Amino acid sequence: MSSLVTDTRVVFSRELRPVLRSPFSIVFSMVQPLFFLALFAPLLPEGSSLQWFVPGIIVMSCLFGSSMTGSNLLYEIQTGSHERMLVTPLRRPALLIGRALKEIVPMIAQAAVIVLACLPFGFRLHLTGAVLGLLILAGFCVGLGALSYTLALASKNQEWLFWTVQQTLLFPLLLLAGVLLPIDNGPGWLRLLSQINPMTYVVNAERALFDGDIWSRTTVYGLIAAAGVGLLGLFVGVRAMQRSD
Amino acid sequence: MKTSVEAMMIATRELTKRFKSVTAVDGITLEVADGELVALLGPNGAGKSTTLRMLTTLIPPTGGSAEVAGFDVVAKQREVRRRIGYIGQGNGAGHSQRGRDELISQGRAYGLPVRQARARAGELIESLGLGEVADRTVSSLSGGQRRRLDIAMGLIHAPELLFLDEPSTGLDPQNRANLQEHIVGLRREHGTTIVLTTHYLEEADSIAERVIVIDHGRIIADDTPQRLKAKHVGDRVFLGFGSEADATTAAGLLNGVREGDRVQVSADDGPRMVPGAIEELRTAGVAVHSVEVTRPTLDDVFLTLTGRSLRNEEA
Repeated sequence: MSSLVTDTRVVFSRELRPVLRSPFSIVFSMVQPLFFLALFAPLLPEGSSLQWFVPGIIVMSCLFGSSMTGSNLLYEIQTGSHERMLVTPLRRPALLIGRALKEIVPMIAQAAVIVLACLPFGFRLHLTGAVLGLLILAGFCVGLGALSYTLALASKNQEWLFWTVQQTLLFPLLLLAGVLLPIDNGPGWLRLLSQINPMTYVVNAERALFDGDIWSRTTVYGLIAAAGVGLLGLFVGVRAMQRSD
Repeated sequence: MKTSVEAMMIATRELTKRFKSVTAVDGITLEVADGELVALLGPNGAGKSTTLRMLTTLIPPTGGSAEVAGFDVVAKQREVRRRIGYIGQGNGAGHSQRGRDELISQGRAYGLPVRQARARAGELIESLGLGEVADRTVSSLSGGQRRRLDIAMGLIHAPELLFLDEPSTGLDPQNRANLQEHIVGLRREHGTTIVLTTHYLEEADSIAERVIVIDHGRIIADDTPQRLKAKHVGDRVFLGFGSEADATTAAGLLNGVREGDRVQVSADDGPRMVPGAIEELRTAGVAVHSVEVTRPTLDDVFLTLTGRSLRNEEA
């Protein structure tokens, strides 16, 4: 078991190294969330709009980044790097877990950039809540990353498949989670779809936590949703990686 | 060549791989002893790479068995992986990584402690002449530099057995020669057992001591390049004469074929056969005007064995 940990650490630090070598790349991958923040937030109705909007954008940033991360693996499958890793004694599960865990690092950095950018405009940060929020988000982004890698392994030799699926799922997940507009006033079918979207619970929990409302049912639901996505992602991903050639 | 079972680096028995309806590898039985340098030669799609991928544990066989470095490729995958190096057709280094970082990661993947991995990476960077580019992003390296980096990664744990899949494909002649030098040097200095696949005839001919010719998933010949050529094709000796009459006489004496005033004779060893033939003809009163000996290539061997030329498939 301890060897699986060692192997995972090797994969994790390999994945992280290019990020650490050029930290600015983290900001590049969050251009879209920043645009939403700059160009969409001013359109929100008066009131505590930032307090409501910013946590959703943090989850959005995590969704965009983690769902795309499989493309790195897809590229490594095409070039031969993945094959080279498969021939080493590294345990197969570590090849997936190490990669998925790495998603946490850019997620935290992006959340920090977003929060810092919003503080001057009246966004209030509750530190304990925010830390707990990021912990929940960590589980969610590990799961998303693992699912993205699974998709990459499944679309080996057909890059279009990866992007088609990723792009098709991205906006429904985002809109149905009520990140940009509240779902509460929508028609019944839309609310139903929103209720079966695990991201909805994560977004709600982030809003409550960043606002300092820690010991609520919302937090628990968010935690369950994030842990569920995390475990499902790892389970599916490890299986896919074990079949990888 | 074959001493005992223990000394075998690779031993396969009826190794087979079927993909749905296609049989890519069709019952290959072969043994490679410690320290051999073997080339698997054959056209694209012959089953060379599939064989290599089974031997390196990348894909499981659908039939037969294989032991590599003393361990079964299915039951003892990790034991096999620990002992072999593999340089695939693609580039092993991640494009957004730096060469040195990848080498260290690779060393860590084989269980080297960080410090040792770093030292070993430094050694290989030095010996493969990558000093100037090792700390640059891999995507900025030239094809030849990336290939050298691949070799360095394959050697990070000083494996006793190294597999190379089409190592020189896509390299210019100079880089190809450079690579071949490295491969031969590895064998000479470290006694590494080397198995490579190639569809370049010259490559197989110049560096391998043993060539295994594969076609349609089967071994159709297995010997040193010299013996393959002698056995399956032989040398051709062309003798020129002053007249067709002389040529006719010579063809009769030497058991050759006459074309105009020239005679073609087959021989196992052309250059050794010529002096005797000239002597014999002179005794018979026939003067030889010109001599040309052509030695067969491995392509001639392949042509004789299969009726097809490998050269056409190279293009």
